[in-house]
Amino acid sequence: MPIEVDGKTLETDEEGYLVNLNDWVPGVAEVMAKEDDLELTQDHWDIINFLREYYEEYQIAPAVRVLTKAVGKRLGKEKGNSKYLYGLFPYGPGKQACRYAGLPKPTGCV
Amino acid sequence: MSDTKNFMFLNRRAPYGTIYAWESLEVVLIAAAFEQNVSLMFADDGVYELTKGQDTAGIGMKNFSPTYRTLGDYEVRHMYVDKASLEARGLTADDLVQVEWEDWETEESVDNIVEVVDSEKVAELLAESDVVFSF
Repeated sequence: MPIEVDGKTLETDEEGYLVNLNDWVPGVAEVMAKEDDLELTQDHWDIINFLREYYEEYQIAPAVRVLTKAVGKRLGKEKGNSKYLYGLFPYGPGKQACRYAGLPKPTGCV
Repeated sequence: MSDTKNFMFLNRRAPYGTIYAWESLEVVLIAAAFEQNVSLMFADDGVYELTKGQDTAGIGMKNFSPTYRTLGDYEVRHMYVDKASLEARGLTADDLVQVEWEDWETEESVDNIVEVVDSEKVAELLAESDVVFSF
């Protein structure tokens, strides 16, 4: 189902992930969050920005375990656990945060 | 999980042009996510999978060469390269990417888990593995 962001129509796949990664603008995350009734805070953006940087460097979306560890290392140990990440992204930090970040679904994520 | 096995992924083909290298990498990522002991072996044209500076823009394929460098984050501890295959192609360890490994809790780290090994060691490592996936 396509989504409307900043007056543009962007194509998404059947699970709601952007089809074209280059379509991403911050508004994509805002629009997707609104559909999920979620208000994005700086804590959400820290994760989204981390995911985008990780993808830029390694060309894949990280597994949740890798994401959790990396967040703990970069943003502080108290944030490097699944409770914190699920608190921010109740549909699953891997799936939901990657979707907001315009990344494909993580490999091995069911 | 108590049922941990030693998985060896044997990679013998050039990275681009066929789907084997990418498929292998995807299975590696999945196996590692299930907390198995995962090692990789690169032999024959498979050594090109680890060569630096790959650029796929001209062939319209996704460039997944940078992905190998995150394997340490996936708890892959060993990436072996067959010395004879490397030499036969005029390559040395300096032509290959480096992959860092770090235990994020103890901060124990290894600067580079890519290791060039001779044929005898290759045979030994394959024999020691519980499961060998060949790509």
